Amino acid sequence: MSRIKSISETAAAQGRKLLIPYLVAGDPDLGHSLGLMHELVRQGADIIELGIPFSDPASDGPVIQRGVERALAGGTSLADTLKLVSQFREQDSQTGIVLMGYLNPIEIMGYGRFVAAASEVGIDGLLVVDMPPAESSELHQRLHEANLDSIYLVAPTTSAIRAKAITEVCSGYLYYVSLKGVTGAALMDHESVASSINELRKLTDLPIAIGFGIKDADSAAAMGRLSDGIIIGSALVERIADMSPGAVNESDLVRSCEVIGAARAALDGLQEDKAASL
Amino acid sequence: MSESMSEFGTGTTGFDGPDSTGHFGPYGGIFVGETLIAAVEELAQVYQELSNDDAFWAEYDSELKHYVGRPSPLYFAERLTAASGGAKIYLKREDLNHTGAHKVNNTIGQALLAKHMGKTRIIAETGAGQHGVASATVAARLGLECHVYMGAEDVVRQAPNVYRMKLLGANVVAVESGSRTLKDAMNEALRDWATNVDNTYYIIGTVAGPHPYPQLVRDFQCIIGRETKAQSLEMFGKLPDALVACVGGGSNAIGLFHPFLENKQVAMFGVEAGGKGLETGAHAAPLSAGKPGVLHGNRTYLMTDEGGQIQETHSVSAGLDYPGVGPEHAWLKDLQRVNYVAATDEEAMQAFHKLTRLEGIIPALETSHAIAFAMDLAASMGPDKNIVINLSGRGDKDIETVARIEGMKL
Repeated sequence: MSRIKSISETAAAQGRKLLIPYLVAGDPDLGHSLGLMHELVRQGADIIELGIPFSDPASDGPVIQRGVERALAGGTSLADTLKLVSQFREQDSQTGIVLMGYLNPIEIMGYGRFVAAASEVGIDGLLVVDMPPAESSELHQRLHEANLDSIYLVAPTTSAIRAKAITEVCSGYLYYVSLKGVTGAALMDHESVASSINELRKLTDLPIAIGFGIKDADSAAAMGRLSDGIIIGSALVERIADMSPGAVNESDLVRSCEVIGAARAALDGLQEDKAASL
Repeated sequence: MSESMSEFGTGTTGFDGPDSTGHFGPYGGIFVGETLIAAVEELAQVYQELSNDDAFWAEYDSELKHYVGRPSPLYFAERLTAASGGAKIYLKREDLNHTGAHKVNNTIGQALLAKHMGKTRIIAETGAGQHGVASATVAARLGLECHVYMGAEDVVRQAPNVYRMKLLGANVVAVESGSRTLKDAMNEALRDWATNVDNTYYIIGTVAGPHPYPQLVRDFQCIIGRETKAQSLEMFGKLPDALVACVGGGSNAIGLFHPFLENKQVAMFGVEAGGKGLETGAHAAPLSAGKPGVLHGNRTYLMTDEGGQIQETHSVSAGLDYPGVGPEHAWLKDLQRVNYVAATDEEAMQAFHKLTRLEGIIPALETSHAIAFAMDLAASMGPDKNIVINLSGRGDKDIETVARIEGMKL
């Protein structure tokens, strides 16, 4: 069983919602990223989505674009991102790690080399934003053979037929994009998200996590109520933006990750509400 | 004549692309975020229907004739030919189109698609500003809201075109992210499209992007090659021996080349921006010095570093300053049907002056790259041979740039 599957099954059994923060590897430098990853776990993250810096992040809003630019200013590459995970794994073998990014760096490294390295350093899954299932068969096959999860997005514009096809290739969790737009936008329509998630439930037993636009405890609770987990990216990267490369200050790490701690509390609150109402 | 006319077919058996999934061999495809997939698929569906509809093409042809002023002439450049000393050089005068370049052939076609799809808002990316102007122009004509994304660097380099777009009623958005040039403008246009996908049509300006863009932009630009075929037979009784066009994204080149792909006797040369020289790394020549990768919705040759980051490009001409190229060009390179070469900034500048002084035609700096190469090519061929250069755009927009480089202030 993949690590993500075991994490989500354990969480489901406990009635715990998955909390999945996103940060950019190397923002503002690799030392901070490592510290942030461990702090995110301390504040309640179950899985971490680690962004691979790419020069042309066409699906990301301005906050994550700037995070990527900071990482690239320090020269962080896909190879560095893999090394970062390897370092993280020296102390943490429980938390799920999903790499998220754009295809070109993986394409240039070569699928075979990438999957071997990802497997070796302890990565659990991959989400390539600009590679829909129709273009991913070769990479998907290699990931599958290495027992790594392939995570795909479903958007509000995804047709039912297409959503069904996506759930058939997706493993780990299904990432539901809550709005039309780029990361960090804030135009969620609760009712339409709720009805889309209901439709997806009919198609798949995969855990469904909601991302794009979740920025605080309230939106975390609202989206957590509808799903099996939530992804928080821009709201965290915005706080990381206050850090500078160089010496890592422990209290800065804690402060940057407080938005995740608050989301954890909000999600756990849902569980207590539910228990109280029973 | 009848034998020559039989070559005037449009069949493209050996070079028939893209396939049903939008691929030209290993290139092309659809590499975009999930939010945009439905929009791209809808466009492919609508285009497939309309492209089989004679009424759609009749409307397009009528627009080209009455609004753009087509057909554009094929012009024998007598003094340029004499100066080169060899093959006869003909110029396909796309610079005489309304808005001054080939770009309008495509924006007319796509604006008609937008109209058929009921979209009320148009977005476009632009480098030199020619595609932005051509988009703003058709938007004005059809009464559509228009937003043009342009790298902040290019907004400065191409100030007259920025003002032109504003006069036409477009909102010009200066893009400050990344390298602040064409590729970043395209990123920003993709972000806008994902956000406003319900009412927005994205007019991509070149034969790149996700399927069906490389196909439909090519189809709209093929008017250049079809006219050139007929005009060549009329003017010199046979097909040209060589075709030359500049290649940034590659829309003017594919428009000229594509109708001739099956005519094996016609040699083809795509001229990329060699910038300060291929050996310096400061250029925009992915076919000459790049490698395959994925950017902006398609797999193609790119300027990318070892780690897969897209590299900053350099060219004196903003319209060629792009790290990728249309996927069909990537395929034609691998098939060795088209030769891809490069001309440097300096060679382009010299050609700019030569054509201006010898023929009284001020060419765009993009086009000047093709002229530079074609003069050398002509010199290597006999006087009984004929070369057609796609004179893709006029150079009025570039006079400030040329003056600045030569130390003058206008």
